[in-house]
Amino acid sequence: MTHTPPFRLSSGGRLIDRAWQVPFRFDGRHLKGLTGDTIASALLANGQMLMGRSFKYHRPRGPLASGAEEPNALLGLGQGGRFEPNQRATTTALTQGMVLRPQNCWPSLDADIGAINNWLAPLLPAGFYYKTFIQPRPFWKHLFEPVIRRSAGLGRAPTEADPDRYEQAYGFADVVVVGGGIAGLEAAREAAEGGATVLVLEQSPVWGGRTPTDHPGGQGAIDALLADLRARKNVTLRRNTMATGLYDHGYLIAREALADHDPNQGIPRQRLWRIRAGHVIAATGALERPLSFACNDVPGVMLASAVRDFIADYGVAPGRRIVVVTNNDDAYRTAIIAKRAGLDVPAIIDARHNPAGALPDEARALGITVLGGTGIAKVKGHRHVEAVVTCAYHGEGAPLQTIDCDVVAMSGGWSPVVHLYSHCGGKLTWDEAGAMFRPDPDRPPLGPDGKGNVTCLGAASGNLTCAGDLEHPEAPIMPVWVMPARAPYKLRAKMWLDFQNDVKVTDVELAAREGYASVEHTKRYTTLGMATDQGKVSNINGLAVLSGTLDQPIAATGTTTFRPPYTPLTLATIAAEAKAEAFQPLRKSPMHSWHEAHGASFEPIGQWRRPYAYLQGTEDRHAAVHREILAVRRGVGTLDASTLGKIVVKGPDAGRFLDMLYTNMMSNLGIGKCRYGLMCNENGFLMDDGVVARLAEDTWLCHTTTGGADRIHGHMEDWLQCEWWDWKVYTANLTEQYAQVAVAGPQARTLLERLGGSIDLSPEALPYMQWAEGDLAGISARIFRISFSGELSFEIAVPSNRGLELWERLHQAGQDLGITPYGTEAMHVMRAEKGFIMIGDETDGTIIPQDLGLEWAISKKKADYIGKRAQSRLHMKDGNRWKLVGLESLDGRVIPDGAHAVAEGTNANGQRKVQGRVTSSYHSPTLDRPIAMGLVHHGPARMGQVLDFPIPGGGVMKARIVDPVFYDREGSRLHG
Amino acid sequence: MLILTCPCCGVAAEETELQPGGEAHLKRVGPGGSDDEFEAYLFARKNPKGVHFERWRHAYGCGKWFLAARCTATLQVFGTYKAQTPHPPAEIVEKIREARPDWQPDWSAE
Repeated sequence: MTHTPPFRLSSGGRLIDRAWQVPFRFDGRHLKGLTGDTIASALLANGQMLMGRSFKYHRPRGPLASGAEEPNALLGLGQGGRFEPNQRATTTALTQGMVLRPQNCWPSLDADIGAINNWLAPLLPAGFYYKTFIQPRPFWKHLFEPVIRRSAGLGRAPTEADPDRYEQAYGFADVVVVGGGIAGLEAAREAAEGGATVLVLEQSPVWGGRTPTDHPGGQGAIDALLADLRARKNVTLRRNTMATGLYDHGYLIAREALADHDPNQGIPRQRLWRIRAGHVIAATGALERPLSFACNDVPGVMLASAVRDFIADYGVAPGRRIVVVTNNDDAYRTAIIAKRAGLDVPAIIDARHNPAGALPDEARALGITVLGGTGIAKVKGHRHVEAVVTCAYHGEGAPLQTIDCDVVAMSGGWSPVVHLYSHCGGKLTWDEAGAMFRPDPDRPPLGPDGKGNVTCLGAASGNLTCAGDLEHPEAPIMPVWVMPARAPYKLRAKMWLDFQNDVKVTDVELAAREGYASVEHTKRYTTLGMATDQGKVSNINGLAVLSGTLDQPIAATGTTTFRPPYTPLTLATIAAEAKAEAFQPLRKSPMHSWHEAHGASFEPIGQWRRPYAYLQGTEDRHAAVHREILAVRRGVGTLDASTLGKIVVKGPDAGRFLDMLYTNMMSNLGIGKCRYGLMCNENGFLMDDGVVARLAEDTWLCHTTTGGADRIHGHMEDWLQCEWWDWKVYTANLTEQYAQVAVAGPQARTLLERLGGSIDLSPEALPYMQWAEGDLAGISARIFRISFSGELSFEIAVPSNRGLELWERLHQAGQDLGITPYGTEAMHVMRAEKGFIMIGDETDGTIIPQDLGLEWAISKKKADYIGKRAQSRLHMKDGNRWKLVGLESLDGRVIPDGAHAVAEGTNANGQRKVQGRVTSSYHSPTLDRPIAMGLVHHGPARMGQVLDFPIPGGGVMKARIVDPVFYDREGSRLHG
Repeated sequence: MLILTCPCCGVAAEETELQPGGEAHLKRVGPGGSDDEFEAYLFARKNPKGVHFERWRHAYGCGKWFLAARCTATLQVFGTYKAQTPHPPAEIVEKIREARPDWQPDWSAE
């Protein structure tokens, strides 16, 4: 490094407190900054200009900007679970003991092996990867992609869980002002005076935007406005809050940093605001553009405004000899501030022919040389600026003179920050005189009322003199897209447009020549403005070069779409409290605590947690399921069936309605009887099943699957409200009002009779598929004689608050009968032994009841039901479908669930043809052999045939097509 | 994220309170319909850039379905109305015409 410390100026720095030193570490070195510093200002104060390496060529990079648009100075921040990649040095406040790591370099920032890419740069133009790694095809998967992947990505993801707390909050305001500069604060006052509730968001810790830095008396004006706003009850001011995205109907997302500086305070580190704004005022200011001259990426070449900020705001000199290069008046402010701070300003290089006006005059009066009609031919220096070579701006770059310097402050003009305006559809218009895209006030994003709901004010609207510096009226800008204007290829190949992604003027020209005429295509082909830039720094210069190459006006080229977020949000901020146990609500049955106390191993079913099995002693899940099944088949067991959907359908037209909803007839079901029903969607596919009980003349109770209760209730309401709205039917989802217990096994009746009560449980009084109600063990109960296990079975529904009591009474009374609680897996296996289908196993949204041999549950008498028309389509009834069968493994192994049965030949893609697949597969403890069900082409007509199932890891398993009912085919147990 | 006012309970609901239900005013085709009619009913959906009539359910509110007339391009909401209507009511049509004088209804008045 050629220059010597100290770089902290002896005076100035409105944001720092010289009384408080802040020690920190960078790349292993111990350094000191001041309270109020950003990481960038502290590093510059220590003479550390080199802060990173570019993404593609690993070129050395220093900070370009002083704000959120910074593309180069991205650092890894913190350690362990608090490590965060890609943190902007220019906006992150320096804190005590901070540990900073440079990125995209190895083994160190100074000696980076990847910098070899820089020497290969001529071989790595835009689209290099697309063109080079195409052939031979297998090389992509096995060689190119793994190698490229390893070098891809900016920064490294943290490997430990984030220990900090984050939260979300909702905000509502008539007017939300984004940007706490002079334009934003004035707009806030105006809105507040009209009586509106006003919320003002400022991205940084300080109010005022550029005004205090750029304008004499600016701080006073800001302070007066703040005092006024703070005194108003209808105004809320929020600093450290970045509005990152604006969505439909004024939905604004903002991130408030609460404790980024000290995560150990015990308060949430960041807060995600979800704000509904009646009207959004985007007073988001403008961003300065770089100029495209050769080697404009050498560390020390910075935006003029950034140089000014480091001097005025942080009392830091980025260098000692500062050359200013510009096409507008504003950059003269940098020269003036630098000169007044005691730094050398050897020249202002101005592309405009004859710079005149208040600012150039003031610069000249300070003794600064102003070179009109001049440009930079190239920057000298590799790791740091050493000099610039000047040339005539309108020429081809013939050198005029060499000026020694260590910083180049450049300004290519300013671009309004139109991101929020554009996020939800606001249109832009090209302003030729101002050389900028500005928001078109006639085409704003619209609110629900069809009126514009976003207004850009101040610099964001294109009014760059909004701060009211009337003493210094500015002369017009002259658009400069390439410097010098007729620069040859050799110079253009060294002009950076996108500093982060290493996109140069020649890359965009190449893309245009290769046919990428659309700005969106060029962006993706070259990676211009991708990653964190999102059009902040590179956008306008890039599309101006594209327009030049295509020989069309910039307005015709247009701009790429601005997409949220404006600056990145961490996943932790987005997730906020919605993680771990608070990720989603948990539904528990009334008997949940008993299950927990008795070894239940739970499984999630929707938002429910159901016992999968109850583990005893050292047994695993498999052993527990085996034991539970045998206990039910030999004695008696209990299943918590409370999660089953229970929907009451009532009214004069309830029977007619259920006839439309189910494939079979429900209107003719006798009171006191139960019937198994199938429900299809309008496309004919099976969506749910369950037992329906008729409770009274006008009342039915529909059971649904555990996961289907809410969905099926919604389905019923949809048809009642939107199609048959004149039918007199009411539905109520009573799933959580009842606890339900299945008592199954040969001893089930014996057990229930011991509990005592008013219900006659004899086979004559309560046969299979009937229900009765009355008193059971002193509890008001409804008992359904239905069975999913294939055993004698009673399902008992009681009010939820009596569920645990019933369960405990059953277990006390059944001790000597060997009563065993069983879980969902035992239930699954037992229903498969019995050949009962399971929604979600035998069905997948493409299965009609006819595929499953359920024709008996489809009414032939009904003129219509939901799905009937669909099931009459050709492919539904042509007999050429896969149908349900049982599968018997030939070698005693369990076939993997989902395995496919192969057929002869291959399809058009060269893949083996298939003729069926396994839908359920278990080891049956009852039969002590594997059982399976599957869907097979013409299956029921092919009994006894053997199918081949290739299995993962190689090999083929063979299985014979058999009847799907493996157990108690005649149903004597069930009817017992 | 849209805001739609539920005509049943009057709440100006956030989109996250609502369940979308696709195109409104579909006429159900049952067992008597031809293949073409049934295909159109089941699958052929309008996808206009402009005025669209949609079904929404106030799922995390009053639970009622309602219909909304909305511009898919600008997100302007012309109005919401109850689901029990075969065609958009006259006052909704009037509001659409105010904002889109050239717009023509594609159903015949009964």
